[in-house]
Formats: sequence, structure tokens, C-alpha cells
Amino acid sequence: MNKINRTLKALTKPALNIYFTAGFPQLQHTVPIIESLASNGVDLIEIGMPYSDPMADGPTIQQSSSVALRNGMTLDLLFEQVSEAGKKVDVPLLLMGYLNQMMQYGEENFLRKCKQVGISGLIIPDLPPELYEEQYRELFEQQEVEIIFLITPQTSEERVRKIDSLSNSFIYVVSDSSITGQTKNISTAQIEYFQRIQKMNLHNPTLIGFGISNHESFMQASKYAAGAIIGSAFIKQISGITSEAELDGRIRQFVTGIKSGE
Amino acid sequence: MNYTVDEKGFYGRYGGAYIPEMLHANIEELQSKYISIIEDPDFQLKFRNLLADYSGRPTPLYYADRLSAKYNSRLYLKREDLNHTGAHKINNTIGQILLAQRLGKTRIIAETGAGQHGVATATVCALMGMECIVYMGEVDIERQKPNVFRMKMLGAEVRPATSGSKTLKDATNEAIRDWITNPVETHYIIGSVVGPHPFPDMVARFQSIVSEEMLKQLQEKEGRNYPDRIIACVGGGSNAAGAYYHYLEDERVRLVAVEAAGEGIDSGRSAATSVLGSEGIIHGSRTLLMQTKDGQIIEPHSISAGLDYPGIGPLHAHLIQSGRAEVVSITDQEALEAALELSRLEGIIPALESAHALAALKYLDMSADDITVISLSGRGDKDLSTYMKFLDHE
Ligand SMILES: Cc1ncc(COP(=O)(O)O)c(C=O)c1O
Repeated sequence: MNKINRTLKALTKPALNIYFTAGFPQLQHTVPIIESLASNGVDLIEIGMPYSDPMADGPTIQQSSSVALRNGMTLDLLFEQVSEAGKKVDVPLLLMGYLNQMMQYGEENFLRKCKQVGISGLIIPDLPPELYEEQYRELFEQQEVEIIFLITPQTSEERVRKIDSLSNSFIYVVSDSSITGQTKNISTAQIEYFQRIQKMNLHNPTLIGFGISNHESFMQASKYAAGAIIGSAFIKQISGITSEAELDGRIRQFVTGIKSGE
Repeated sequence: MNYTVDEKGFYGRYGGAYIPEMLHANIEELQSKYISIIEDPDFQLKFRNLLADYSGRPTPLYYADRLSAKYNSRLYLKREDLNHTGAHKINNTIGQILLAQRLGKTRIIAETGAGQHGVATATVCALMGMECIVYMGEVDIERQKPNVFRMKMLGAEVRPATSGSKTLKDATNEAIRDWITNPVETHYIIGSVVGPHPFPDMVARFQSIVSEEMLKQLQEKEGRNYPDRIIACVGGGSNAAGAYYHYLEDERVRLVAVEAAGEGIDSGRSAATSVLGSEGIIHGSRTLLMQTKDGQIIEPHSISAGLDYPGIGPLHAHLIQSGRAEVVSITDQEALEAALELSRLEGIIPALESAHALAALKYLDMSADDITVISLSGRGDKDLSTYMKFLDHE
């Protein structure tokens, strides 16, 4: 068992996974954000590797990525920061980014580094499962890094099964046909889709993401999955903050709000 | 050497479909259906009829007498500028709108740089009564104003792309995001031989009409159906792909790809992808692109909006890497001078993109009886404000 499924299995409440972009709002905020999220009871932390051309991301995450890059964020610095954070927290850490970043770093190098600094899993939206299976699976397994795939309302049942068989942590259920950061109320069509996935009895737990923004949508989504993922709504909360104390306060408030509705 | 795409969408090591799951269903549908749709006789009949009666094909292969005298060689211009809407782009949009209809799509999106592809898309959408949204970088909206107005007049909505360098790359990102958000009813008419498989091959097939006509026209004019050399500018590479297509395996024909050097290769403001680029992934395709060592895409620069792109189509990456095509890089200034030269020698005002292809002539070693075809991909109406500034300066 790996750290991600150990963590998810031990939970008695819905899992809360929070995404943030490394190096945003300030270059040195990566570690304090991770510490603050962990101490406020977030179950999984997804660290965005800022990218110049994030094609699956909406305006909020795009914006945070450009700020982070302007702040001087690089992959080497990110790995240093993650390594430091890993010494302070025990929450599973995931990286989210694009295949070109991993490719330019050298795939094997990248995965080795992930293992070294304590990254448990990777979300690479433009790495399709077929390609993963053909070219990357062995490398991931060697370095004991988990891959997390996305599924959408258009993903066929057969394909969901295939993705389930390739996964060993959780499956990221994209709540709607959308890029990140578009907040709408959860519709009946979405609920039917969540239920369809739920009834499939997959080996892997699922987390629902894209468009989850508050306590209500978090709790509602969690009825149909092991938990949910929040990204853009969190980024908006911490945008523009300069002091670490303020950052910590705002994060506590946000996470408490999501979990308890207060 | 084989220069056609393989089953998985690769040209040698370049190509493929590196797409998020949100696009999987759409891309898979296209991959499984595009060849049977394109090869269907009824589709071909409609496509050919529209190319002939609507766009005015075949476009002339014009022997440029005074230009030939100047360079002491035999120079032909393939007059894609004489197409309806003023560039080769419409060959592709006619094909793709017919394909979109076959797929039952009702909403069309596109990206555009120079605005030529946007206009060509807006045009066929008007023709077929389809909703049309065109993404265009804010910088390009400013420098290609006449085309923005044409799109609006044709009933399209032009949405500004405000991220990154606010040019073609960013417009493409926005179009992809739109498609991710609206996958069921929307078809994305991509404007060049870029993007995930099958787009590069599909667009190349629609543009292949250009070299299909050249075969016949050269036979009539020169008594042989091939030239010694074909010169084309490469933004994404669709006019080049069309002009090369039927000669890809014919090694007697030298292929010259012309890139935009912007203010100079080493100026930091360039779009010379094959020189400055390295292998990576852009817009769902593995190809050559300009990037940092961390894989961040570098914002390109060219005076020509249609060449202001940090990548090239995977076919061209393969042609260049394998040595099948040679590359010439042309600066903004050289392109402007070449545009003026063609205007004065032949009475043809070329698009700034096509002017790059013309500017390459001075760097090529051509003998007097060599036959060279230059892809005159578009006309210069859209670039008049840039040309006016240049002339005021001269
Ligand atoms: C006239 C003209 N030529 C060339 C291009 C470059 O595109 P491609 O390389 O796909 O032919 C454009 C693009 O806008 C164009 O308008």
C-alpha cells in the first residue's frame, strides 16, 4: 500500500484535497502553505507546477501560474521547497503539471526526484492512459510514484475500467466538461454521472474536482465519492497576500469553512 | 524515407495526441472517422465543387517574368492569394466545415493569428449557417484590424486572448479550453498542420490540393510535373504542407521551409523555431518548439502575425530533422523589403507571411534553368498598415 491509499483508507470523513500553485502569491510561500494546509486538517495536497501554457486550466490558475513564473519559480526550486515541506508534514503530496515539464527535466530524472523529495503521486492531464501504459508505467513503478488519471462525463465505461486498472491511488472525477475554476451549482446531470461512476464499484476511490468551491458543494460531491478537490476557490482566497501570518490565518479560515460550513 | 503519418499519428518521432481526458472523446471520434469521411465520394464532390465555384480554384501557377529576370532563374508563384478570402486557409476551412457537418456539430471555434484563418472560418460558417467563435490574441487584433472587422461582418464573434504574448499561441490555448468546455456540439477548426493527431494530417490532406494542381500545371507549362524546388513560409506549416504534399517522396524536389527570424535569430525577439527550438510538446503534439530548459514555452516574435508561433507542425519537424527540408530564416526587415520588391516587379502585394518565402530567394543557390515554385500563400491587404509604416520610413 502506498501513502495515498493508506491515507484515504484511514479516513472516516470526506477527503479534502486542496490544490495550490507553487510560488504563488510569493515565491517563498510554497512551504508555509503546505504547513498551514496540513495543520488545518487537509488530507491531500496537490502542488501545481506553474506552466506557461496550462491548457486544462481556467483563468484563476493560469493567472497564479504566470505570477509564480514571474516570481522566479523553477522545477529545481520547487523540488527543494517540497523536500523541506516533506520534513515538516506527513500529508501525502501530489504534483500537478504538464507533460512537457516532465519531459524537459528528463522523465526518469523527474520521477527519481519526486521519490527523493517525497512526492506520492502525479497528475499530468496531457499524459493519456494509453501513452502512460506504453511508455511510462515502468518508470513510475520503479520510482514508486502513483499516477492519477482524470475521467469526465464523456469517458466511456470501458475506458473508466481501463483507467481504474492502471491506477493505484485514486481517480480524479472531473465534475463536468470544463476547465478548472468554473463554479456552478451541481446539476442533476452531474449527480447522475457521479452515481453512475459510484455504481461501478471501482477498485480505486474517486475524488471529485473542478468547480467545487464551498462547504455545500464539497459535502454534496462527497456523497458520491471519497471526497473532493478544491483549487481555484482556494487560489482566489490567498491571492495577493504578502505576509505569512496573514496567509496562515486565511488558510485556517478557508479550510474550516469548507469542512464545517462556518 | 516515409513522410506520411503513421497509425498513431506520428511523423517519425514527432506528432501524436498529448491531450487531456476532456478531449479524448472528440479526438478519438476524429481519429476513427476522418479518413473515411474525407475519402467518401460524396464528400469529395462537395469539397471539390466548393473549391472550384466558391473559392475560385484552381489557383494560377504564374510565371513571374520580372522576378525571374532579377534572380536569373525560373520562378513560378502559386497564387493562393487569389483564393476567396485571400489566402490558402480556405482550402482547409471548406474541408473542415463539411467534416463538422458530417459529425453533426453545430458550433464552430477557431484560433487565428493573421486573421486569415479566422476570416476563412467565419466565411464557411456563414455559408453553412453555423455559429462561429474565433479566438485571437489581443496583439493580433490590433495589428490585423481589417480582418477583425471582416470576421464580425461575416457574423462571427471574435474573442480576445489576453494571456501570455497575446498572439497565436495564446489564441490556440483559448480555443482548446473552449473545446474542453463544450465538447459535444463543437468542432474546432484548427488553422494549420498543428495540434493533436489527426489535425496535422487532416489539414495537410485538405491543403494538398495546392500541389495536386501544381503537378498538372507544371506538366502543361514545363513539360514535366515537378519543380526543382518549392519554397514556402512556415508558421504552423499548412501552406507549406499543401505545396509539398505530392512531392514529399520525390527527392528530385528540394523543399525549402522559411521561418520568421523576427528581429534576428539572436535578438531574443524571434520565431525561428527550427534554430531556436528543441523537442517538446505544444498544443497536444510532440514537435520542435521554443522553450526554456524547464519546458516553459518562450513567447515568439515576428512582424507577421501568421508566423508568430513558437512551434511548427510535426510533419515539418520531421522533414527538417531528417534533412528532407532545408530551412531559411528571414528577418522582419527582409520580409518587408521582399514585399516591396514583389509589388514593384510584378504588381502583386503579398501577405507578410508569404513575403518571408520570397525573401529566401536571395539566399538560395539557383541555376538559370532551375524551376522554383514559391507558395504565395496570401495577399497583403491585411498588412497595409504595417506596409504603410515601413514605406513612410524608407
Ligand atoms: C497568408 C498566410 N500565409 C501563411 C500563414 C502561416 O500559416 P501556415 O504556416 O499554416 O501556412 C498564414 C497564417 O495566418 C497566412 O495568413
